[in-house]
Amino acid sequence: MLLNITTTHQPASVLGFMLHKHPDKLQTVKLSIGKAHVFYPESSEEKTTVSLLLDIDPIDMVRGGRNLSGKGFALGQYVNDRPYVASSFMSVALSKAFSTAMNGKCSHDPSLVDVEMPFEVSLTSLPAPKGGELLIRNMFEPLGYEVELERYTLDEKFTEWGDSKYFTLNLKHILKLKDLLSHLYVLIPALDNDKHYFVSNNEVEKLLDKGKEWLKNHPEKEQITKRYLFNLSHLSRKALEQLRDEDVAENEVEENVKKETLHTQRLKLVLEKLLASGAKNVIDLGCGEGKLIRMLIKEKQLEKIVGMDVSYQDLTKCRERLHWEEMAPKQKERIDLFQGALTYQDDRLAGFDAATIVEVIEHMDESRLQSFERVVFEFAKPKTVFLTTPNGEYNVLYESMEENTMRHTDHRFEWTRAEFETWANKVAETYNYTVSFLPIGEEDSKVGAPSQMAIFNHGN
Amino acid sequence: MEIKVPELSLVLLIGSSGSGKSTFAAKHFNQYEVVSSDICRGIVSNDENSQKASQDAFDVLNFIIEKRLKNGLLTVVDATNVQKQARKNLLNLAKKYHTLPVALVLDMPQKVCEERNKEREDRNFGNHVIRNQQQQLRKSIRGLKKEGFRKTYVLKGEEEVEAVTGVVREKLYNDKKDVHGPFDIIGDIHGCYDETIELLEKLGYLIDQVEDNGSNYGIEVTHPEGRKVIFLGDLVDRGPKSPEVLKLVMSMVRSEVALCVPGNHDIKLQKKLSGRDVQLKHGLEVTMEQLEGASDAFLEDVREFLYSLVSHYILDNGKLVVAHAGVKEEMQGRGSGAVRSFCLYGETTGEIDEFGLPVRYNWASEYRGSAKVVYGHTPVPEAEWFNKTIDIDTGCVFGGKLTALRYPEEELISVDAAKVYSEPVKPLEAGSSSGMSHQQEYDDLLVIDDVIGKRIVQTRLRNNLTIKEENSIAALEVMSRFAINPKWLIYLPPTMSPCETSDLPNYLEHPKEAINYFKKRGVEQLVCEEKHMGSRVVLVVCKNEEVVLKRFGIENEGIGVCYTRTGRNFFNDQTIEKEFLSRVQSALMESGFWEQFDTDWVCLDAELMPWSAKAQSLLKDQYAAVGTSAQKSLSAVEEVLQKTQSRGVEGIEQLLSKVTDKRGTVDKYIDAYRNYCWEVKSISDYKLAPFHILATEGHVHVDKDHQWHMEKIQSICEADKEIFRVTPYKIVNTKSEESIEEVIDWWTDLTSKGGEGMVVKSFDFITRGKEGLQQPAIKCRGSEYLRIIYGPEYDLPENLERLKNRGLSRKRSLALREFALGIESLERFVQQEPLRRVHETVFGVLALESEEVDPRL
Repeated sequence: MLLNITTTHQPASVLGFMLHKHPDKLQTVKLSIGKAHVFYPESSEEKTTVSLLLDIDPIDMVRGGRNLSGKGFALGQYVNDRPYVASSFMSVALSKAFSTAMNGKCSHDPSLVDVEMPFEVSLTSLPAPKGGELLIRNMFEPLGYEVELERYTLDEKFTEWGDSKYFTLNLKHILKLKDLLSHLYVLIPALDNDKHYFVSNNEVEKLLDKGKEWLKNHPEKEQITKRYLFNLSHLSRKALEQLRDEDVAENEVEENVKKETLHTQRLKLVLEKLLASGAKNVIDLGCGEGKLIRMLIKEKQLEKIVGMDVSYQDLTKCRERLHWEEMAPKQKERIDLFQGALTYQDDRLAGFDAATIVEVIEHMDESRLQSFERVVFEFAKPKTVFLTTPNGEYNVLYESMEENTMRHTDHRFEWTRAEFETWANKVAETYNYTVSFLPIGEEDSKVGAPSQMAIFNHGN
Repeated sequence: MEIKVPELSLVLLIGSSGSGKSTFAAKHFNQYEVVSSDICRGIVSNDENSQKASQDAFDVLNFIIEKRLKNGLLTVVDATNVQKQARKNLLNLAKKYHTLPVALVLDMPQKVCEERNKEREDRNFGNHVIRNQQQQLRKSIRGLKKEGFRKTYVLKGEEEVEAVTGVVREKLYNDKKDVHGPFDIIGDIHGCYDETIELLEKLGYLIDQVEDNGSNYGIEVTHPEGRKVIFLGDLVDRGPKSPEVLKLVMSMVRSEVALCVPGNHDIKLQKKLSGRDVQLKHGLEVTMEQLEGASDAFLEDVREFLYSLVSHYILDNGKLVVAHAGVKEEMQGRGSGAVRSFCLYGETTGEIDEFGLPVRYNWASEYRGSAKVVYGHTPVPEAEWFNKTIDIDTGCVFGGKLTALRYPEEELISVDAAKVYSEPVKPLEAGSSSGMSHQQEYDDLLVIDDVIGKRIVQTRLRNNLTIKEENSIAALEVMSRFAINPKWLIYLPPTMSPCETSDLPNYLEHPKEAINYFKKRGVEQLVCEEKHMGSRVVLVVCKNEEVVLKRFGIENEGIGVCYTRTGRNFFNDQTIEKEFLSRVQSALMESGFWEQFDTDWVCLDAELMPWSAKAQSLLKDQYAAVGTSAQKSLSAVEEVLQKTQSRGVEGIEQLLSKVTDKRGTVDKYIDAYRNYCWEVKSISDYKLAPFHILATEGHVHVDKDHQWHMEKIQSICEADKEIFRVTPYKIVNTKSEESIEEVIDWWTDLTSKGGEGMVVKSFDFITRGKEGLQQPAIKCRGSEYLRIIYGPEYDLPENLERLKNRGLSRKRSLALREFALGIESLERFVQQEPLRRVHETVFGVLALESEEVDPRL
């Protein structure tokens, strides 16, 4: 919410001229949802400090459908850190209040623009989720800053809650004012990594414009771009493409081809086994956004392809990605998508040669699995079932994973190979199926492959 | 002359073109009852005479007829119908929907038809067409009855048509909707006369010997409360005294103290008595032996009586249906051979089991009708409700018992058989091995069709409630991904509306408005309960795991459950949940709750503290985060502003004072959320504050006032003061200013100490006013608590003014609908309705919760 910039350049009073803000006045600029104030706590020839203070209207912030909160928590938009932190609002304020300086202009003395001056900056409070101190240093230090940080505890009364994601950041460096401002303009929202004031294609241009001098060579450029664009992959891809030298780009593409993701390997294996089973129609239970469905429709062998998911949102995305609206009527007849849940008996699931259940069961409470088993194996009764789930044993090989955690926050369990096989064998026995198992992904001699598949065949 | 047709029939007008069918139909039937082939031609081709359009026109005609018959509506077919094949198609439709077909022939002289057609410009076909039709008609008339028409009228010439004064609709014999009971419905007797007498006496009937009046066999049965018996048939065979049973039942039916539907054995006897060739098997030989030497008059009386019996009855405004072997929804109140046969024999699969008996198809497992169906036919060890149906044949003649169902009380009363009169061919189907009831086994899996799409839920409190499809879609995801086993979910609490905003300068909410809500609606007595700040939970606790299995059909999931208002487990850790529930259970036991309420399970509505126990991540990511960042930022801001102020910059002073005010609100905000946090090191750090005893076996306690709830709960709390917290409350008289002042002071004191606020309820659990059902509760939250809802700075004057403008109507409408659904689900559970019926209502609450409403309310 507060940014202080101090210089000891001689004479320090030039700061006022360069920022185009009178040192003895309180000056206010209007923002879309509040104001920003500029004033000078200190102003002399030896040392001058300017403060940029955000004054965000917390009520206005949520008016008129502007939901600036993170997701998940309904009240999040009302009880919100936005008015008190340095976020993209700070960047907006910077560009509004100090636009002349940012654009490298100074009517008082144009030569000052290119003068490198000693600056000290302090920012309160700067959020740096998913990265913290290291991330802040990695962003500023390569640009030559001396970094000093103070991290806040969440609540002194409840020290067991630990530290917060907020810092007071102090920076020291000798550089041009316009560079300082452009660094701050980009890096503050990149660190904040929260929903933006707004993110649009225009945002890519802004980023490229403000970062043109330095971002290309910054070792963290990927991370900065992604976080600045709030992980909107299509935008950050676009920005990164424009930042890349051509030869670098080619190398990376090649690597992408070599390194197939685990999920792709999994889907390919399911597809291969599915086709080998001779199935002519298939239902993908828990189809999500339809990655597997999009692979299935390319296969001539399959006459009918049905996708079911419990998430309506995912189904909508699935439709979009299939370009459902523009699809030819014959194609449409071949495909069917609907919402359903695997804990309810459902006649629509019956009568298929094959069912695929890819990375689904671990999202169900173990106590609900019995219903799932009856729905699929007793009532839907496909001839063949292809079912995959993570192999929990493999987790030790994921360095970034903490102990006793799971690969996904919604996973209710991640079975070992033995646990999976015990379960699958029991299901097969109860509902008259035979079952075989396959590893998915590269196998480790001790803990096996990262993922596992069971193939159930009805009857003997 | 009046024409009589059954209330539900398919009437075929038969006559050649120009015979006056449409005129006749328009005169004697309602607009929608008449389906005309000419109009259908017009609909599909713009030309009522287009012969080219015949196929399409008749498709449409048949479609409309089918829909109407399916919906149980009398339908008149206005088409020539002179061809046998055309009639046959329609007769098949009548059969398919168990509707009685009626033929109404308009036999007009050919001349009349020709002249009429001439008058009509649009009819340009030649007279040969009419001649043909006339010939076909003449040929048809004699055979109509044989074709399958139940009634046939032939109107010859204009005079006879003119003479028809009206069409009278006759009620079907099975329609006894205007008979309301109370009833005692008795299952298969099979000649067990002594047990029948014993049962009737047990049911309070007085059985006297009186003079034989020629039809009462000297028996007079009466009930002091005017109750009526319904015999479900199979009066005879196998047992020792079939003739006595017949005399008793005939006498009772004739004196209108009983109704009787026929069973397959009765019909077989009737056939035998009619001289038909019937094999003397399955107990008929016993009956015939007992009838040896009986007078011809008696035998004839029995034959006539049995012949007169109607296959099934619809009673009590359609809420009750009785039939010997049961009757499917689509057959209820209809008449056809298929209906009669179903009522007598039930449905069989065509297979024969290892005892040589036909395999019966359990029609009840698919029953979704709204009427309760009581039936017999298949002996079972215990009568139990299953999808709103109940088989009360408890095999008396096989040494079981004779059972009566009291209606509407739904009490089962039975007497044991004195002995085994007949050895069953196969043993009575044993109860399920799992310890669950038939219903529970069937309910193990819910069916998707019972929850998806637009739904209309009938509730006791607010009639029909519509659940929109988009809300069901949202609920399906939440329910299936996060909710606990649906068998536990017998209730979800409604949302609660706050009071109107206060007109006092410093308050967003104040008790005055909360009290006024009820005062304005004429409620005199209120209960104001302290609102604890924790997590809303619903607890279902059973005496032991056997009860869980028996009553909830759940195995290996402990003695109960503690779930949140969206149906999720409150505890993530099963061991802690188990320990917690066993503490609650001990308190219930120690306080004598089980005995006092004569129950072995309870559903409690409660608040579970601390807030921090469940909201840990919320507190860390949101509340504490906002607090610490705001505090650090604002103090840094204060520092630079003070420096700037000392430089004499104009305008800084105001800015500084604003920032100081903000800082003050942030400090208060931090205090506010801290109030609701404490570390949980052991079970004893949890505090449970129940406020409603929602339901126990046989009762939903919404008929008790809130003081009753508070007092009963207090005695549970006293049994374990460590984890239970008693909820302080005040009773307010809205007519006394003094009483209102007192509660305002209480609230002020409470909230100034960091309390969340209070909940204001009318004294009675359910109150209705002019606008219908009233809000079950209105919350009034304290100023400090509201900081964690509206944000730290909400009460700065410029903010408060803007926040006071808020609308409550949506929230209140939701609260009422959810309340009605919640109570409905409990009622259904307590009445042991199928799980899908309970699930439908809690699913509805969850669906409504997906409606968008300001979360700060």
